[in-house]
Amino acid sequence: MARDDVKTGYKYVGTRPNRPDGLDKVTGRARYGADFSLPGMLHAAVVRSPHAHARIVRIDASKALALEGVKAVVTRADLPTGLTGEDLNLQDNTLAGDRALYDGHAVAAVAATTPLLAQDAARLIEVEYEVLPHVTDVDAAIAPDAPVIRPGVADYSVPEGMHGNVARYMEFGHGDVEAGFAAADVVREHTYRTEATHQGYIEPHAAVGQLGEDGRGEMWVCTQGHWYIRRMCSAVLGIEAANLRVTPSEIGGGFGGKTTIFMEPLTLALSKKAGGRPVKLVMSRSEVLRATGPTASASMDVKIGMKKDGTITAGQVYFRMQGGAFPGMSPIGEALPCAFACYDIPALKHEGIEIITNRPKAAAYRAPGSPMAAFAVESMIDELCRELGLDPIEVRLKNGARNGSKSSYGPVYDVIGLQETLEAAKAHPNYSIPLGPNQGRGVASGFWFNHGGETSVSLAIGEDGTATVSIGTPDIGGSRASIGLMVAETLGIPYEDVRVNVVETGALGVNEPTHGSRATFASGKAAVIAAEAAIREMCKRAAAEWGIDAEAVEWRDGAAHPAGPNAGKFPPMSIGEIGAKMGSTGGPISGHHEVTAGGYGASFGTHVVDVEVDPETGRTTVLRYLVVQDAGTAIHPAYVEGQYQGGAAQGIGWALNEEYVYGPDGRLQNPVFLDYRIPVASDLPMIDTVIVEVPNPGHPYGVRGVGETGITPPLPAIASAIAGATGARIRSLPCSPPKVLAAIKALKKG
Amino acid sequence: MARVHLWASLRRFADGQEVVEVEAATVGQMLDALERAHPGLAPAIKAGLSVAVDGEVIANNRAAPVKPDSEVYLLQRLKGG
Repeated sequence: MARDDVKTGYKYVGTRPNRPDGLDKVTGRARYGADFSLPGMLHAAVVRSPHAHARIVRIDASKALALEGVKAVVTRADLPTGLTGEDLNLQDNTLAGDRALYDGHAVAAVAATTPLLAQDAARLIEVEYEVLPHVTDVDAAIAPDAPVIRPGVADYSVPEGMHGNVARYMEFGHGDVEAGFAAADVVREHTYRTEATHQGYIEPHAAVGQLGEDGRGEMWVCTQGHWYIRRMCSAVLGIEAANLRVTPSEIGGGFGGKTTIFMEPLTLALSKKAGGRPVKLVMSRSEVLRATGPTASASMDVKIGMKKDGTITAGQVYFRMQGGAFPGMSPIGEALPCAFACYDIPALKHEGIEIITNRPKAAAYRAPGSPMAAFAVESMIDELCRELGLDPIEVRLKNGARNGSKSSYGPVYDVIGLQETLEAAKAHPNYSIPLGPNQGRGVASGFWFNHGGETSVSLAIGEDGTATVSIGTPDIGGSRASIGLMVAETLGIPYEDVRVNVVETGALGVNEPTHGSRATFASGKAAVIAAEAAIREMCKRAAAEWGIDAEAVEWRDGAAHPAGPNAGKFPPMSIGEIGAKMGSTGGPISGHHEVTAGGYGASFGTHVVDVEVDPETGRTTVLRYLVVQDAGTAIHPAYVEGQYQGGAAQGIGWALNEEYVYGPDGRLQNPVFLDYRIPVASDLPMIDTVIVEVPNPGHPYGVRGVGETGITPPLPAIASAIAGATGARIRSLPCSPPKVLAAIKALKKG
Repeated sequence: MARVHLWASLRRFADGQEVVEVEAATVGQMLDALERAHPGLAPAIKAGLSVAVDGEVIANNRAAPVKPDSEVYLLQRLKGG
């Protein structure tokens, strides 16, 4: 799409109407995964491994099955065999085969007439384990004496001689890094670490599944992508995709963690074994933390050279990331290209390995890999700025990527907005507020690619001139509102006359999940094209009524108009008039668009945070926080601001408190929110936002996608602010009070 | 011919070349031509790749056009949250 095709001067786009799901959500009418029930429904519970690594010697369910009201038990023996590749990994994670690979790995599941009975029955299922050596730490897993968890896990990319727990290797870069380091005035090299964190969605995974002996089934499920649920469940259970109809519920957060399956196939397997009765399974928070999600933990070596004037001459990283016990799950492939994506540096080298550990199968988490990479690289750049007495925003303006820069991962950037975010951050009052004692300021930038993907949308004109849009991307962050606004703008009708519905798998072609910040971009773009198709048809209907050529009709303000004086003198024909008689003018009027959407544009952001650190306790208080990010075009600015604030809040949690803590026995020590500390409202100030708009030429309204970049800068920005407040640099997240206090004490002794 | 840039750890499967020139009108044809010329690249291509054509990242659309003077970069398959 040419840049000139991006529309400007909007009536509805850029306004802030009430959210269409707001009333339902505040009154409790919205139906989430756990709200769904069916007649005759059974309830399920799951037996999980208490060991990080163990051979499953024997499973005896006889006592459970003897309980009155217990209707079915499934183990791996009930699932089909012969799967390969990622399908086998999904099946292995759904129910362990001969080995449990992490604390919390599902071993068996039971369905009974009540939830309590199912839990009692689960406790009666006897599992005999032979405990095996385990490893959970990313660096320990490649020590010479580390047990090899899954022999043969390495893919084609791993060179000879690497540890048996290395599953993937990659390397790329450009320029001569050694010459770059030689040209620098200062070269520094450090190792940075981040712990695994969970997406922390407020709604646990929940599903109701029904599968008859004829192989036809249905599922109602909380998910980011119901076509993925259909494909994955079908693969794991050996059923035909068309025979499984999946309807998504409202979703209480996903952040990437609901783009795959965990326990969903168990509802179908149990249902089939229970004679086709529907089965409901709702995970507890503890199960969510032990057996779903989390993101990877990382250990990252960074080396950067800088001149005294702030010019970065070269950069080099070596990242080690673990994504649990299954290959392909760490975001090493995203983290490396994100590492220096904000910069235009003449010489760069990136290397990384994915490592297998006895932890749960990792899932995507908001800009997968980018927050860890930013923590390493942006922290190092901040260290160099402080050492050389340079302003961190000026250094980023000097070295930052701009239109036409060759990206760190190869391609040349087209139209991007990093420089604009830096200028806006520099001009914001937060950047010049004087700091007091024990206070510090941190700055960091961040990047995410964004995504397009498989998309199918349908739009129908109503008899009263309203429009119904069917989309396949569950609404997590306001996409129904933003798509409604774009369709209203395109059709020229009020926003209130457009209803956007998320529909089930039988109603549209295949849609990828709501992931990669793609829903407003891709479903929105398809909805606009579908609306344009409907407009063409409505112009045709008007032309037929007027007896003129369709090309002589133009559409504006929700009505067909003669295109000019030569087309004839006819009063405008409104969408309502056309809709009212469509049955007699050719039939229903609709528009469709199916596409693997391209043209997505990256989103850059810059954050500024001020903190105060209590020197007696090491506790960090966030005083003020500013998010500046390029949205392309903010279709519904309130939702855009919400995405910025949500990303920052999650990043602050990752920076300050959140971490998976494993004991020496390989068990997760903190699988409840009391011990796994996510930020609550009282932990945070109001997060200030500035929306930068550098329209994406690949979208009719300039949309980029805003959901993910916001989680990236908080990790380094917070650590850098703490360094400013205390003089102590924390290179291993989280910056929890004990760690900060120890660093302050070490500095004093120093 | 389109110039396809391989990431460094792929080059050992393509006789050490950093850039491979291929005749192709689409991303799918480009990947097929790469695999024919360098069968060692097959596992990487089968594992799934993202492709950037003239600066635009294309996740998995084999029909996306490639021009004779296109600069193409192979990237690891990208996932989002």
